[in-house]
Amino acid sequence: MSSKSIEIRWHGRGGQGAKTAALLLADVCFKTGAYVQGFPEYGPERMGAPITAFNRISDKEIRVHSNIYNPDLVIVVDESLLASVDVTAGLKTEGAIIVNTDKTADEVRQFLNGYEGRVYTVDARTISVEALGKYFPNSPMLAAAVAVSSVMDKESFIKEMRASYEHKFAKKPEVIDGNMKALTMTFDALEDQLSAASER
Amino acid sequence: MSKKDRMSGNEAVAYAIRQVNPDVMPAFPITPSTEIPQMVSSYIANGEMDTEFIPVESEHSSMSATVGAEAAGARSMTATSSCGLAFMWEELLVAASNRLPLVLALVNRTLSGPININCDHSDSMGARDTGWIQIYAENNQEAYDNFIQAFPIAEDSRVHLPVMVCQDGFITSHAVENILLEEDADVKEFVGEYHPEEFLLNPGKPVAVGPYAISAYSMEAKYNQEQAMIRSKEVIREVAAKFKEKFGRGFELFEQYRTEDADYIMLIIGSAAGTAKTAVDELRDNGMKAGVLKLRVFRPFPAEEIAEALKNCKAVAIMDRCESYNGHGGPLASEVTAALYMNRAEVEAVSYVYGLAGRDFTVETACGIFKELSEAAEGKKFAQHRYVGLRTRKGQ
Repeated sequence: MSSKSIEIRWHGRGGQGAKTAALLLADVCFKTGAYVQGFPEYGPERMGAPITAFNRISDKEIRVHSNIYNPDLVIVVDESLLASVDVTAGLKTEGAIIVNTDKTADEVRQFLNGYEGRVYTVDARTISVEALGKYFPNSPMLAAAVAVSSVMDKESFIKEMRASYEHKFAKKPEVIDGNMKALTMTFDALEDQLSAASER
Repeated sequence: MSKKDRMSGNEAVAYAIRQVNPDVMPAFPITPSTEIPQMVSSYIANGEMDTEFIPVESEHSSMSATVGAEAAGARSMTATSSCGLAFMWEELLVAASNRLPLVLALVNRTLSGPININCDHSDSMGARDTGWIQIYAENNQEAYDNFIQAFPIAEDSRVHLPVMVCQDGFITSHAVENILLEEDADVKEFVGEYHPEEFLLNPGKPVAVGPYAISAYSMEAKYNQEQAMIRSKEVIREVAAKFKEKFGRGFELFEQYRTEDADYIMLIIGSAAGTAKTAVDELRDNGMKAGVLKLRVFRPFPAEEIAEALKNCKAVAIMDRCESYNGHGGPLASEVTAALYMNRAEVEAVSYVYGLAGRDFTVETACGIFKELSEAAEGKKFAQHRYVGLRTRKGQ
C-alpha cells in the first residue's frame, strides 16, 4: 500500500475485545477523514479461541477485501498466543509489534521468531486494573496502536475517544472516565519506549 | 444531502430497513445475518420505526409469514443466511410464483457441510432457479444502495417478483467501512408508498392467492413468471437510473472496470471484485491489459449483455464462489459459457472455483489467475475447471 496507508493485524482470543478494538480504531480514524476498514476473522465460535482482526487506514478509497498478510503493525492482545501463533508472520521489518505483557521488549523478542523490527510492550493488565478496576485489555491496546502507528495525534485521539465512549457507554457512564484514564496511562507508559526508538 | 459515515454491511442494511420502514418483518436469527433483525428490533424498541416485527421459530416460518403478510397487502421483508435460506426453500418458490414483491436481505454464507459460518455463495446460488431476482453487493455501500432499490424493482407492475439482496457474510457484513448515507425523507420518497393492485385484505376486489392450478393453467403461469423476470431487466435499469439521478451513484446490471480494451477479463461477483480491481490496477501498471466484469444482477441473467462485453477479449476467468458438483464448473461458469455460445462470442474461458467457506481471495491470487489466462490465450493446455487457493499436501 502507499505511504499514507497502514495495515494492522490484531491477535487476540475470543471474548477479549480484539475485534472491538479494531472496530474502534476504524471508527476513530474515520473521524480524521481517513478511509478505513476494520474487520474480524473468526475461527471456531467460542470464548478463548484465537481470533484475528484487521485494519486498513488510508487516504485513498479501500477496495481490497482480503485479510492482511504483510502488516505494518501487529498487536498481540494475549501474550499466551506467542506460544501457538506465528504473530510476526509477514510483518514488515520496518514495521512494529506491540505485545500486551508485563515483560520488557527485550525479554519478549526471543518469542518473536527472530523478528528484527521494533518491539513494544504494554502491561495492559496493570493499566486496566488500575484505571478500570477490571481487566479489559482493549482500551490500552487501542491507545498503544495509535501511539505506535501515529495514525492520528494524541490530542485528537483522546478527544474523539471520549465522544466514542460517551456514545458506546451511554447506559454505563461510570466506566467512561476509567477507560479514558486507561488510554492516557498507556500513552505515558509507552513514552520512553517510543522516544528510545526514535533516537535509535 | 448524503452524510459521510462508517458502518458494517449489516448495520448499513439495518439502517436502510429503518428508513424504508416496511410494514412487516418476520425473522429468525442465523449467523452472519443475525445483527440485521437484532438492530431492527432495537430501532423498533426505540420508537425509530414502526414495522411489525414477528419473531418466529424458524426460517420456514419467517418466509411463510413474510409471504402471508405480503399477500395480505403489507410491504414485507425478512433476512437470513445459509441453512436459513435452505429451510425457506419451499416458500421461496411460493413467494415468486405467487408474484409477491417481498424483499430478502441475504448475507451469504456457505451451506453445510462441513458446518462453517463463513462466506461463499452456495446459499443464494442454490436458490438461483426459485424465480427470485438476485442483486449482489461488493461492499457496504452497495448493500445499502441495492437494498433501497429492491422495493421499487419488486413492486413495479411489470415485475411483481421477490428480490434477494445479497452481500458477503463477514467480509462485508461485519467489516466497518466508509459509507454515504442518504436522508430518511429522501429514501422514503425514493421507495414510495406501497399500493398493491391486488391483495387479500381488500373486500372490494377478492382474490385467491396460491390456489391449485390444473395443467390447463399451470404452464401459462410459469411462462408469465419467466416473462416478468425478462421484463425486470429494464425495470432494474430504470430504478438504477432514478437512483443515480437522486443520489448520484450509478448502477448497471454489471460493472465494467477497465474492460474497454482488456485482453483478459475476470468475471466475478461480490466483495472479491474490489480485490480483483486492485489486481487489475497493478497489472495495468506492468503493461497487462486486464479488466474486471463485476456481475451485480445474476437474476435476471444478462446473457446477451455479458457476451457483448466479453466478445473482444482474449480470455475470461469466470469466478464461482460455490461448487455445482457437476464436474465442469460452477453455476456462473455454466451460464456465462452458455451465454457466450448462444451469442456466438468465441472467447477462451476458464472456470475457477475460489473462496469456498471463507477461504481468502487475495490480490496475489487474482494476479495469478490473470497470468494463467494469458497462458491459456497463448495456447497452453490445462484443465478449464480449476480451483484456486486450495491447500495441497507438501511435496505435491
